Amino acid sequence: MLAHFLEEANLPTTQISLIREHTATINPPRALWVPFELGRPLGIPNDAAFQSTVLLACLRLFDEKEGPVLEDFGENVPSTPAREDQGGACPINFVQHTNFNRTVAEQLAIALREEILQLSPWYDLALNKHGRTTVGVSGIDPAELADFLCAFLEGLPANPREDITLTETLKLAVDDLKAFYSEAMAAQPGQPPTSSMLTKWFWHETTAAQVLYDIQDVCLHSNDDMMRLLGQLLLIPMRPEADKLAVV
Amino acid sequence: MARLADLPEPLRTHIADLPCPTFNTNPWQEGPPLTARRIAIISTAGLHVRGDRPFTVMSGDYRIIPGTVSANDLVMSHVSSNFDRTGFQQDWNVIFPLDRLKELASQGTIGSVADFHYSFMGATDPLQMTTAVRNLADILKKDGVNAVLLVPV
Repeated sequence: MLAHFLEEANLPTTQISLIREHTATINPPRALWVPFELGRPLGIPNDAAFQSTVLLACLRLFDEKEGPVLEDFGENVPSTPAREDQGGACPINFVQHTNFNRTVAEQLAIALREEILQLSPWYDLALNKHGRTTVGVSGIDPAELADFLCAFLEGLPANPREDITLTETLKLAVDDLKAFYSEAMAAQPGQPPTSSMLTKWFWHETTAAQVLYDIQDVCLHSNDDMMRLLGQLLLIPMRPEADKLAVV
Repeated sequence: MARLADLPEPLRTHIADLPCPTFNTNPWQEGPPLTARRIAIISTAGLHVRGDRPFTVMSGDYRIIPGTVSANDLVMSHVSSNFDRTGFQQDWNVIFPLDRLKELASQGTIGSVADFHYSFMGATDPLQMTTAVRNLADILKKDGVNAVLLVPV
């Protein structure tokens, strides 16, 4: 759709398409459909040659003399013998604490703080190695994420930000938590884990996921429309029912 | 793995049912050869400079990404949880190929790279972006842009 209005304003466009059916319906002037995972329009991280091939294929559509043109990129992402294919698991085990003098929320907060603490050296290693992190969009320090998130299990915490709503801060804090875990785990020794391996690990094996499922339940029972929307669509990825395992 | 048929349910049906706008016309603009193109990226990944206003549900506006931005200064506040973010965590070029564009410019394959790039947040009713993108067209021309690369997520 953006392409349509830009071309109307005399600006030539080309684009990558991730969902071919949508692009065929919208019918933009130039599009290159790629068979890559959603979230990876250029295909392979840290593979400049592959990315350049995709990019050039997309830019060369400017040479077409007439359109609309929807071209298919012929090359898929090659499969790699990642840890996932070897049947391995992310080599980290989190100790669970049970103290019947505490509420469930308090126990989860303790367990989540411990989990974050255990991952912190790996997160720091990743940050030092790459000089970059995608964590920080919420503005909440990773060490404070556990308390902020678990507070939703016992009521509504104060919003640490003035520029967005508490619900919006919650969403960004969840994104930061997931990014922190992924970046930390990807820094551990061995073949880099695939995205599906990181997803399975996070949602099946971490206290963080248990906290998020519990927060989702709070959102679904909220009187606030945005909180319910968060619970219904935005907090937890859509997964097959069989994939929604009870965690830890 | 982004073949619609390969996506697991209920995500497949959710994506398949997303409304797509259609138009009665097919505007088509030509331009100079690739070697004379000045290219700007417009992403719909909800990218923005760290510290900039995050995107929120149904945001129809855009964020400015200076061409001088560093990888550590670019973050994402897309509202959807249904796409991979680990690729972006490893390498921003997998979503925002600024380094690749600069390489093509230095090789002379393209003319140049724009001074500014932009991001919308794609999980929005597309019509809510109409005003913003029309305004953006004028701004892109002021930057000398004669080719726009649109990158989804």
